[in-house]
Amino acid sequence: MQLHTIWFILIAVLWVGFFVLEGFDFGVGMLHRFIGGSEIGRRVCINTIGPWWDGNEVWLIVAGASMFAAFPQWYATMFSALYLALVVLLVALFARGVSFEWGGKRDDPRWRTGWSWALTIGSLLIPLLVGVALGDLLHGLPIDSQHEFTGNFFSLLTGYGLMTGVTMVVLCLLHGATFLALKTTDEIRDRSRAAGRTIGVVAIIVNIAWCIWTLVVIGGGTVPQPTQIFGVIAVIFATVLAGTNEDGWAFVASGFAIAAAIGQIFIALYPNVMVSSTNHSYNLTVNNAAAGHYGLVVMTVVAALFFPVVLLYQGWSFHVFRRRVSAPPTSSG
Amino acid sequence: MANDLARWQFATTTIYHFFFVPVTIGLSFLVAVLQTHWYRTGNPDYKRMTRFFGTLLLINVAIGVVTGLVQEFQFGMNWSTYSRFVGGVFGAPLAMEGILAFFLESTFLGLWLFGWDRLPKRVHLACIWAVFAGTMLSAMFILVANSWMQHPVGYKINSQGQAVLTNIWALLVNPTFIWGYAHVLLASLITGCLVVLAVSAWHLRKGEYVESFHRTAKIAVIVLIPTIVIQLSVGNQLGVIEAKYQPMKIAAAEAQWTTCQPCSFSAFQIGGGANDKTPTEIIPIPHLLSVLATNTWNGKVEGLDELQAQYEQKYGPGNYVPDVFIQYWSIRVMAYLGTLVLLLALWGGWLLLRDRMRNSRLFLLLCIWAVATPFIMNTAGWLLTESGRQPWIVQGLQKTAVSNSPSVSATEIWISLIVFVLSYIVLAWADLVLMLRYSRRGMARADAEAAEPVAGAAPSLTY
Repeated sequence: MQLHTIWFILIAVLWVGFFVLEGFDFGVGMLHRFIGGSEIGRRVCINTIGPWWDGNEVWLIVAGASMFAAFPQWYATMFSALYLALVVLLVALFARGVSFEWGGKRDDPRWRTGWSWALTIGSLLIPLLVGVALGDLLHGLPIDSQHEFTGNFFSLLTGYGLMTGVTMVVLCLLHGATFLALKTTDEIRDRSRAAGRTIGVVAIIVNIAWCIWTLVVIGGGTVPQPTQIFGVIAVIFATVLAGTNEDGWAFVASGFAIAAAIGQIFIALYPNVMVSSTNHSYNLTVNNAAAGHYGLVVMTVVAALFFPVVLLYQGWSFHVFRRRVSAPPTSSG
Repeated sequence: MANDLARWQFATTTIYHFFFVPVTIGLSFLVAVLQTHWYRTGNPDYKRMTRFFGTLLLINVAIGVVTGLVQEFQFGMNWSTYSRFVGGVFGAPLAMEGILAFFLESTFLGLWLFGWDRLPKRVHLACIWAVFAGTMLSAMFILVANSWMQHPVGYKINSQGQAVLTNIWALLVNPTFIWGYAHVLLASLITGCLVVLAVSAWHLRKGEYVESFHRTAKIAVIVLIPTIVIQLSVGNQLGVIEAKYQPMKIAAAEAQWTTCQPCSFSAFQIGGGANDKTPTEIIPIPHLLSVLATNTWNGKVEGLDELQAQYEQKYGPGNYVPDVFIQYWSIRVMAYLGTLVLLLALWGGWLLLRDRMRNSRLFLLLCIWAVATPFIMNTAGWLLTESGRQPWIVQGLQKTAVSNSPSVSATEIWISLIVFVLSYIVLAWADLVLMLRYSRRGMARADAEAAEPVAGAAPSLTY
């Protein structure tokens, strides 16, 4: 297998990892106001993702940096094309990122409520915008023979892109609900299970509709792809299990549902990395967008040596904080 | 227009980001030192000081992380021509930074913050050191990437006219990188020390928690003295390296229009800039520029006019002289403020020897205000480095004027620039509110957090 194909797969894995891990953080962020109930309840919800959200977000950064290093043309075209969408994404990332550390640092209800809403809205916008961006890669954007984007902000709002964004939001909501059910106790857990059930029904419908749309976009006929079938089954499993005591399995199922969704985009994309809606001969591909061979060799060595180490210590971190989070007997600042 | 706006945006967001980065690096080191003292001595006072300064670290990390995201996105968003050209070289250290540094920093910060009652003490201590290691690695890869823009090595230009990597070691032993990295790490330690010193001095003047803050002030001064001494000489050596590879940068820093040998250094000048080649020099110090630029007593420094003629011959017509005003003053701001910090540190050392630091109200007052100096020096340093490279974005290979994104309009950059500036004002306000609040009143919370947990009770919520 050629090195640029390996890097395409690695970048796909990074995006899958980002959505599987940060996906439940987004879900918790969107849901915490509605499932938490009280101030303490909201804080319990936030603390379930407390030790991890930052490390999970790094998957996004590494995915972006890997695109820059391995496929400079892809990075340059995509990031300049999505300009204003990325500005909004960055503001959402600001709001959400600082809300964790800063939200609880003043005992002022307005301060806390403000950051809590920043977390909610930020957690909604990020999967929506990233979903639109990934959907647009596959749907195609106006790109000329020099790999330059020739459209404007409204060219980004393709129907398929928006549908991909909505699907990601719904899957993240489901993933967040199953995660909260797994990580909390008592009323918060009960509310999370109920929410997971309801969201799951919506997720099944949305996911099937989106899979069909994907088939239309790639001109794949009426035969669903294996990842699509797997993804739909995973969503159904997650929904069925969400109302039961099997919190762990429900969470695993919603994780697989997200992985299948992101995986589906990248599998459909290959060997393109970014489709041109102007002319398919202008498509960016793993061949014409890749960096030099030596650079890819160096990065492959670094990734092969250190990525397993990253997985080990991130896994250990998940193990350390595996217990459920509950409200302390007395509230403290 | 779009190019100028993109430059303004890059400068604004980068300078802002670098207010927080050195604090993160320096403070994580000092927090790790405090926690190590606690681990070694078992003195609970070190534990609460660890938590006190740890909270300041976390407030700062939050803003450093989110503003860092802009940096990574911005190359592709605003500088797509640059990114296409250099991605094969410049992208590699950024990807390595993600894999080796960001994962380490963020995962272990989470473990440290939430792990106080969950992890064995030794493991928990290792977590904060891992965070510090992550911040150092992160700075390392960024400096590798930046140094390549100052002095490109280990690459070739391929048939499509793109730079591709040919030798990764060349990037890692690039002299601009080695000395630049040392300079940035020391600057970060100085920043961390001056932050800790200022907070400690404020409490000492108030007469609150005197024993605790005397300890932290002492650690800060003890680290600061050798650091600032080494820093002055590292800064000097970096100047010599730059004079070799980027002679324009150093000639502009002395507003030296004509070649000289030996060269004097002016303490101040009145006038100067691109259109005034004969400014009034105040207090010229003979031979000093020769020493600074070449490490020799009678070294030759080429003037801007001669360099301009050489560059025109080599690269074609154009203006190759960076902004002389920025260069001239930024090097002096660093040198003079650095000297003042050295004097302050030595004074602190002398007071410590005589055990009179807590009573010297003037010294403590100066320490509080000295907290502004590292931020000014750090900004001046990056202005010197980045503005001094102009008109190049990559020295000798690509000019800034042609490297922005052709598909991004001036209107779009206006929108993003305004959005970023407004967001950053809000973030700065919230950060300042929290930093001041926790610097002044954080001890009560640190006490509560440092108390041993009651067995069997659910741990309190961290966020």
